[in-house]
Formats: sequence, C-alpha cells, structure tokens
Amino acid sequence: MAGEDLRLSLVVLAPLIGSILSYLLGRRVPKLAGIVASGAVLVSFVATVLLWREVSPTTAFTSSLSSWLTVSFQGAPFSLPIDLYFDSLSAVMCLIVTGVGFLIHVYSAGYMAHDKGIARFFAYLNLFIAAMLILVLGKSLPVIFIGWEGVGLCSYLLIGFWYTNTEYAKAGRKAFVMNRIGDVGFIVAMALLFTYCGTLDVVELSKESVLARVPAGLAFLVGISLFVAATGKSAQIPLFTWLPDAMAGPTPVSALIHAATMVTAGIYLMGRMHGVVELDPAVPAVILWVALATAAVAATTALAQNDIKKVLAYSTVSQLGFMFLAVGVGQYSVALCHVVTHAFFKACLFLSAGSVIHECHHEQDMRRMGGLAKKMPITAACYGVSTLAIAGICPFAGYYSKHAIFGAISTTTNPFLHPYIGLVGGLATAIAVCTAFYMARSFIMTFLGSYRGEGHPHEAPVVMTAPVAILGVLAVVGGFLFVHPITDFVTGPLPPTSVGHESGGLFGIFIGSLPGIFGIALAAYLFILAPREKDVLRAIFSPLERLFERKYYADELLDIAVVRPVDKLSGVAYRAIDQRIVEGSGGAVGSVVQAVGELTCRMTTGQVTTYVLLMFFAAAALFSVFSQVR
Amino acid sequence: MSSIVTYIGLSLVLFAIGAVGVCIRRNAIVVFMCIEMMLNAVNLAFVAFSKLQGNLDGQVAVFFVMVIAAAESAIGLAVIISVFRSLVSVETSDAAQLKW
Repeated sequence: MAGEDLRLSLVVLAPLIGSILSYLLGRRVPKLAGIVASGAVLVSFVATVLLWREVSPTTAFTSSLSSWLTVSFQGAPFSLPIDLYFDSLSAVMCLIVTGVGFLIHVYSAGYMAHDKGIARFFAYLNLFIAAMLILVLGKSLPVIFIGWEGVGLCSYLLIGFWYTNTEYAKAGRKAFVMNRIGDVGFIVAMALLFTYCGTLDVVELSKESVLARVPAGLAFLVGISLFVAATGKSAQIPLFTWLPDAMAGPTPVSALIHAATMVTAGIYLMGRMHGVVELDPAVPAVILWVALATAAVAATTALAQNDIKKVLAYSTVSQLGFMFLAVGVGQYSVALCHVVTHAFFKACLFLSAGSVIHECHHEQDMRRMGGLAKKMPITAACYGVSTLAIAGICPFAGYYSKHAIFGAISTTTNPFLHPYIGLVGGLATAIAVCTAFYMARSFIMTFLGSYRGEGHPHEAPVVMTAPVAILGVLAVVGGFLFVHPITDFVTGPLPPTSVGHESGGLFGIFIGSLPGIFGIALAAYLFILAPREKDVLRAIFSPLERLFERKYYADELLDIAVVRPVDKLSGVAYRAIDQRIVEGSGGAVGSVVQAVGELTCRMTTGQVTTYVLLMFFAAAALFSVFSQVR
Repeated sequence: MSSIVTYIGLSLVLFAIGAVGVCIRRNAIVVFMCIEMMLNAVNLAFVAFSKLQGNLDGQVAVFFVMVIAAAESAIGLAVIISVFRSLVSVETSDAAQLKW
C-alpha cells in the first residue's frame, strides 16, 4: 500500500507545493510562475492516472495522513482521522479536476502573461486545485469540509483578483458570503449525522445500518441541510446570483472554477452522500423542483444577456440545474456524466470566450464583436463545436449526457415526483431549446456577420489555442467515449443506473437532438435570415426581456427578503449592544486607567531630587517590611 | 563593646548626612560627594563589623565597594562634564527635561 499512499499524497501535495513555489519563484521571474504551476498540476494528473488504472468499481485506496483532535468522547476514544479515500467516484472527479485544470493552467500562462500579479494568480490557482482535490478525496465529512472551505476561499481570492476595481472586489465578497450561507447547511448536516450516526466517515455513512439510526422526523432536515450546502456551491436557487457576478475574475478562473470544477462540488456531495439524501423521499423531490426552477430561470435570463461571459455564466447555472435534475430522480451517475461532459465543453467555451476578450482588448459586449470567425478560425471552431455540444446534438458530448438525463427523468419511482413526470420532462425540453437558442445566438453575435468593435483582433497565441483545441476535441468525442464507461465505472460508490444504454437507432438520435436543432435553427432564422421578425418578437416580449435581463429581480428580492432585515437587525445590535455595552464598558475601563495615569504621571517631575526621595522612601518601606518578616 | 557602638553610630551619622545631602542639594558635584560619603559610611560599618566578628569578610567587601566607587566616580564625573557642556550648569534642577 506504500506506493499508493505516496501517489495519493502526491496528488494533493503537488499543487500545494506548486502554489508556494510558483509564488516565490514567480515574484522574481514572472515567466516561471505559469510553468511551475502547470507542472505541479501535471504531476498531480499523472499520479491520478496511475492510481486510476488500479481502482475498479469495487476497490478503493485509503491513505491515512494523520489524526486530529484525539479526545475521549463520552467515555469512548474519539479522533478525527485525516484520511484520503480514492475510489472510482473520486477517480473520475480527480481526473476532471487535474486534467481540465492542467489545460486551463497552460492557457492561463498565455492569458495572464502580461499581468503584474501573475505569481499571485498562479499561487491561488494551484491552491484552488489542491483544495478541490482535498474535497473530492476526503474520507470523512470534516476533511471534505476543509476542501469545501478551501475552494470557497480561493474562489473569493480569484474573483476579486483585480481587487483595485471595487465592483470586482464586491463580486468576490458576494460569492464568499453566499458560499458561507451554504456552509451553514453543511455544518448542520454534519452535526446531526454525528449526533445520530456517531460517525462522519463517508464509507460508514453509505451503509444502511448506520443511516437507519437517523430518526425519521429528522431525515428531511439532514437531507435538506446537505442540499442547502450544495445550492451554495453549485449556484442553485436561491443562492445562484453569485455565479454570474463571479465573472469579474479573469476568464481562465471562470473556466476553471465556475464551470469545470468548484460548482460541481455540490453534485459530488449529493452523489457521495446519496444514502443521506434519499433517507426522506421529499428531499429528492425538493431538489428536483429547485433544480428545474433554477434551470428555467437561468436559461431564460441567458436569453437577454449581451455580455458573452454572462451568457456562459447563466448557461452554467442552467446546466447545473440539469445535473441536479438527475440527482433529484436518483440517477447520480448520470449527473456525474453531465459534470464530465459539461467540464469539457464549458471550459472550452469559456476559454474561447477568453481568447476573444483578450483579442478584443477586454471587450465583453457581444454587440461590439462579430465576424471573428475569419480572424480567429481555431477559436471559432472550438466555440462552435462546444455550442453544438451544449445544445445536445448528436454526436457531440452534451448529447449523450443530456439524453441520459432526459431518460433518467422517466425512471423515477419517487412518490412525490411520479405524477408530474410529464410536466418535468416538458419543461426540461423547453429549457434545452432555450439553451440551444441562446448559445447559438452568442455564437452568431460573436463570430458571424461583420466586426463591430475597434482594433484588429487576430488568432490567440498557440499556448492559448492548444488547450482550447484539446478541449474542443473532447467536447466532440467526450460523450461518445466516456459516458457509458463512466456510468459503469462509478457503479459501486453510486447506485447503478440503467439509463443511457439504449441506442434507439438513427430516429432516436434525431429525436434526441431535436430540441437542440430547433433552438439553433430558431436562432439562425431570427439573427441571420430574418432580423426584422426578431424586432417584432422583441417588441412583443419586451416586458419579459426586462425581467430576464434583471435575472427575475433575484438580487432585488434577496435584498428585500434577507439583506435589509439583517442590515436593520445588525444596525440595532450595533447601537444597543456594540456601542452601549461593548464600547461602553471598554471606554469605562479606559477612562479609569487614564485617570490613574494622569495622577501618577505627576510624579515624574524631571527633578533628580524627587526620584532620589522616592527611592529612599521605597527602600525604607521595603526594609521595614522584610525586617518584620524575620 | 562601647567601641562598636561608636563606630556604627558614626557610620549612621555619615550615611544620614549623605542621604539628606543627596536629597536637598542642587549642585551635582555636591550630590556626588554626598553619594561618596554614603558609600564610605557603609565601608566604615563593614570594617567595624569585621573587627567585631574577627574575620576578614567585611574588609574584602570594602575593597569591592572602593573599586565600584572608583568606577562610579569616573562615570559620574564624565556625566557631569557632558551635562555642563550642553546646559552650562551643574544644577540638577536645570537638568529636568525628562518629565510628563
């Protein structure tokens, strides 16, 4: 086991050490930062691949690093083991995190080459990878929580990377606070599980005999607390508004954190804890409805966005909603497949968008782009295939995972969901059409027509196009190659699934691709063939457009419902408790000390004579005291 | 027996004169001489007790006191000279800059 231990530690340690090294070296030689950081992630990736070849759905490695908080608890010895656990589910997540992470590191070396803070950037980026790996490799919930907090912290640091811009710094803070709200759910779930099950080990917590100890009345609370944690990280209603704002960070950060890895932590947690989630069938039902609402809200909001990164951000929220749909119907491995294919095509989309933004002198408004296909052919091709992939058109990656999700919806046996399957399926299909429409719209506005901006954009350097191209290839073949192997591979940690194995023939493929084809065709018709009819439609839907543009006034609603009451409460608390009691008592102590000081400082007259007199009196006093003791 | 009382009495008187001088005199040189007087009062007591006890411990202590006093007077005079250079005065009441 020693070899596995070493490799498993290396998976986490490589980016951690890389984080320190890239900062220290990068400050002196900025070019080294990217090389060191990318190398560290590559080491981690290689170690993961070597480990992955040795695990199967039924075997897993455990590596004990240390144990923490060793105490005697209620008569029994208790300690918190810091263990890493590598099974097939962790393997898939680690491969995505390190693999896609490596490509994005390489891309960042080009994207951030001229930024002054490049050393800091790569240090954060590597730290993020390390935290994410701790999250997916943790064997017990507290260890997972360490990684969970770590990615939250790095997200905050990277969103606010250009912290001199107040808006960006605020976006970072918003992400941090919203993630914290989710974390409360995580802590509540941990506390309840420890109280009733007596363990926080994920392997123990997947056993029915252990889970049966949770009282029936609390099963819903435990499951929903975990889901609250997931909504924070994975940007579901009501905690989703931080993700679009998170686009303030550099674009590779958006690709890495807010598309490929961190936001999938919620899906991972649901899969890891699926036994807990399913204790009460009402919990998956809540998950499904929230997911459906999130997907619908985000997809319609994306329709009215003109910022290329905002479109992609809302599309991420919407796709995360799709993943939670699969979670809600209990098909966790299908959700994981969508995580994988989504990581490929969304990372590709974000990186392509990054190249475009980079070449258009940090212009993000699609109305000031256009016609870039001729100037940036590779980027355009990658964005194009990824658009087809996210639209769910066969044989691109998104088709396989999305098709599996549609298949999964019909298989549910949940008593709360069964009557509404038709409604759920119909809405999901409508959302898929929306997805295809807004993605095609963004492609047309950015790459087709004539250029409406300033300057002369041309193709990005090869250090940026190469990772994009690799991700583009994966966006084409990823679904075809990986979806079925993954569902088989993770059966063991996750419940088995029958979905996605039926082929349905050519006609089935056509039907499956139909929502995507319809959406793209609609976009092509409105934006290329008949722009006039688009204006007519816009006039009809203009009130809705406003609603979509302001993301259903979600920020405003949250402001009224949460922020202002808390503000008021803290204002009262500030005046009553802080100013009166805390500051009052502190001030009283201070003024007493000051008065004593005022008195005693009169003794320092500056006259030697005074001091000598005092000295004599003091000596005489001491002498009399000690001679009496004798 | 009466001889030891005489010596210690003289020692106490000398010490008291020195102590009062340090406290009330303003001239640094005089203050300095008073300190020396206190030291020598102590020396006298040491020698007297040494004679009474019949051993040399007290006399050895006297040598230490004398050596320290010599070093102290060297430093003290140097301080007085530097004070005089900057203030053109050796009055202790003039050297009163360090106060609240």
